[in-house]
Amino acid sequence: MAAVKTFLYLFVYPGILFLFVYSTFCEWFDRKLYARLQNRIGPAYTGFAGILQPVADFFKLLFKEDIIPEKADRTVFSVLPVVGLAIVITAGLCLPLWNYDLDRSSFNSFQGDIIVVLYLLGLPTLIFFLAGWHSTNFFSTIGGVRVLTMLFGYEVPLFLAVLSPAIVADSWRLAEISYFYQRFPFLLLFQVIGFFVAVIALQAKLERTPFDIPHAETEIVGGTFTEYSGKKLAFFRLMIDIEMVVGSGLIASVFMAGFSGGLIPGLVRFIVKTLFVIAVLSIIRAMCSRIRIDQMVNFSWKYLTPFAVLQLLISIFVKGIIQ
Amino acid sequence: MKRIKIPVGPQHPALKEPISLRMTIEGEVIKDADIRLGYNHRGIEKLAESKTYIQNLYLTERICGICSHSHTTCFAQGVEALLGLEVPKRGLYLRTLVAELERIHSHLLWFGIAAHEAGFDSLFMYTWRDREVVMDILEIISGNRVHYAINTIGGVRRDLDNSQKGRILEGIEFLKKRTGYYTNLGTTEPTFVARTAGIGLLPKEKAISLCAVGPTLRASGVPSDVRKDDPYAAYSELPFDVCTADTCDVLARVVVRVKELIESYKMIEFIIKNLPSGDVKVKAPRRIKEGEVVSRYEAPRGENIHYIKSNGTDKPERLKVRAPTLGNYPATIEMLKNGYVADIPLIFAAIDPCICCAERFVEITDSRGYRNIITMNEIKRRYPSRHINKDYIWPL
Repeated sequence: MAAVKTFLYLFVYPGILFLFVYSTFCEWFDRKLYARLQNRIGPAYTGFAGILQPVADFFKLLFKEDIIPEKADRTVFSVLPVVGLAIVITAGLCLPLWNYDLDRSSFNSFQGDIIVVLYLLGLPTLIFFLAGWHSTNFFSTIGGVRVLTMLFGYEVPLFLAVLSPAIVADSWRLAEISYFYQRFPFLLLFQVIGFFVAVIALQAKLERTPFDIPHAETEIVGGTFTEYSGKKLAFFRLMIDIEMVVGSGLIASVFMAGFSGGLIPGLVRFIVKTLFVIAVLSIIRAMCSRIRIDQMVNFSWKYLTPFAVLQLLISIFVKGIIQ
Repeated sequence: MKRIKIPVGPQHPALKEPISLRMTIEGEVIKDADIRLGYNHRGIEKLAESKTYIQNLYLTERICGICSHSHTTCFAQGVEALLGLEVPKRGLYLRTLVAELERIHSHLLWFGIAAHEAGFDSLFMYTWRDREVVMDILEIISGNRVHYAINTIGGVRRDLDNSQKGRILEGIEFLKKRTGYYTNLGTTEPTFVARTAGIGLLPKEKAISLCAVGPTLRASGVPSDVRKDDPYAAYSELPFDVCTADTCDVLARVVVRVKELIESYKMIEFIIKNLPSGDVKVKAPRRIKEGEVVSRYEAPRGENIHYIKSNGTDKPERLKVRAPTLGNYPATIEMLKNGYVADIPLIFAAIDPCICCAERFVEITDSRGYRNIITMNEIKRRYPSRHINKDYIWPL
């Protein structure tokens, strides 16, 4: 029974199948909301209200011609999208959705899994950098360097913001943090600053406006992905979508009391909470123009990091008081 | 730090038309820039010599898709001056009305493009949606959305009735409200201001010495406007101010254009309310006696100049067009220097470039009559394709 459960866990829910279906749905949701905010219609033809458009895009790209630049490193260039996809799916498995026991730790829920998720979400940045670097295209190289430069901006505030609820909950296990805030929901009120810092840092991690600097279309063509096409580009796009789901899932489980209640209620909670985070991300995307790379680093060290530190201090005070 | 050269164009997502901007950069800073033209030459000036004056009206309209009315008006004014024709006042007012509507459409379009170059796609979508209103007004007046074909030699081809007037005023009222919103957005939205303020600097003296024109010049604090300096059509009777800004950067160019929108609304309301009665055109003869004329016009992008030489037939001997974009290229190089690579599209877009309007061809013939003609084989030998020569990167 446990083996079947593990198999289902890895491949169906919340493994590959669920992450694929849900991430394409989230892409549709993001695109539709973004379009409506811009007074456009958005996807409309494939399926109900264009809901299948991201799936159609994915399969269309799979059948497109796949070109590898002559001077690129063939192996690294081809392996990167698959590795990246595997990394974000693995990160998705660590979310406390289903098949975990609060009393015992298991392969998908253990002390320190919050660090593992953060680490796995940090790796795609490296993948993007390597992808840009190994394309040997001028625009890709600039894009790759910008990816790394941005990493130094948003990674610290993201870690500080996500870890401060963990300090109050006195646990580094996502399931336990969620359970703690289900018992004391009012403590979440002290984490509001951290929530916004984390959302903005996630926006930067996902490279969406105003932080879409590494693939700024009007400046450096496709940036990191300039040379990618066909299957590889499809995998990269899916990877970014899943990264968005996992990232918002992480924020939802840390700042919004997680997804309790077993299989179905847990799924409903997961969908509602992640969609809320994604809606916030979309609204930020519609409100801003792209900033320059130096402005981005300035912004994250001058504003984002101090707020994250402030959140950390608040968390420490709150913990001192409740003890 | 090592200097490297990067090509922006001829094919690049930031460029709507082909042009080659060659940047010498040190890290992220541009040290030198060079502009190469000639990817989009169409031979319009030569073609004009084989067409009659009336046909040329429609040809000059097609010089530019955005300031189409500017070119026909400039050409028609020149021809009317050659003929010594007195255009009826109502005709001049209608010409001015279409000219100002065109300015609104051009500036809204530019605002959207600038926002898109800065990565602000929401503003892009909004301005282009509202631009539909002014396009509809132009369609009400002329029957066309892009090439209005309203001008003829000696006046305009269509008159305006009262129901049309009402609809124009309604549209302008709506646009006024929206422009107020954009003024607020364009000058206070923190990320947009961060991208536009302080970049693409063009000091006042440089702007004058490099012969910048139009909003680019006015954004450097020089109140130069053909409509005021050398009034044509009905501008001498219209109430309007020349809009300037003094920060000399891309933000100043945004501000100047938004201010000009508001001036245009004022002018259009004045024209509609004070439209003189009478004919809209006079009949013009087909043949024009020998002579030459220079006609000036303030297009949305800047000063537009047409030089027409007639030789007594019904066709011009020479038509020379100086589109405003050509006047702004030297200033663009100055603006790009010491800027960031990330700002190239925004700085270049800020002059509102219309590349195909500014393409010219010069054939150099030396004193012995020798013409330097390059054959196709010679081109193939000089510029081998990347496919054949693997080490070939770019002819910098």
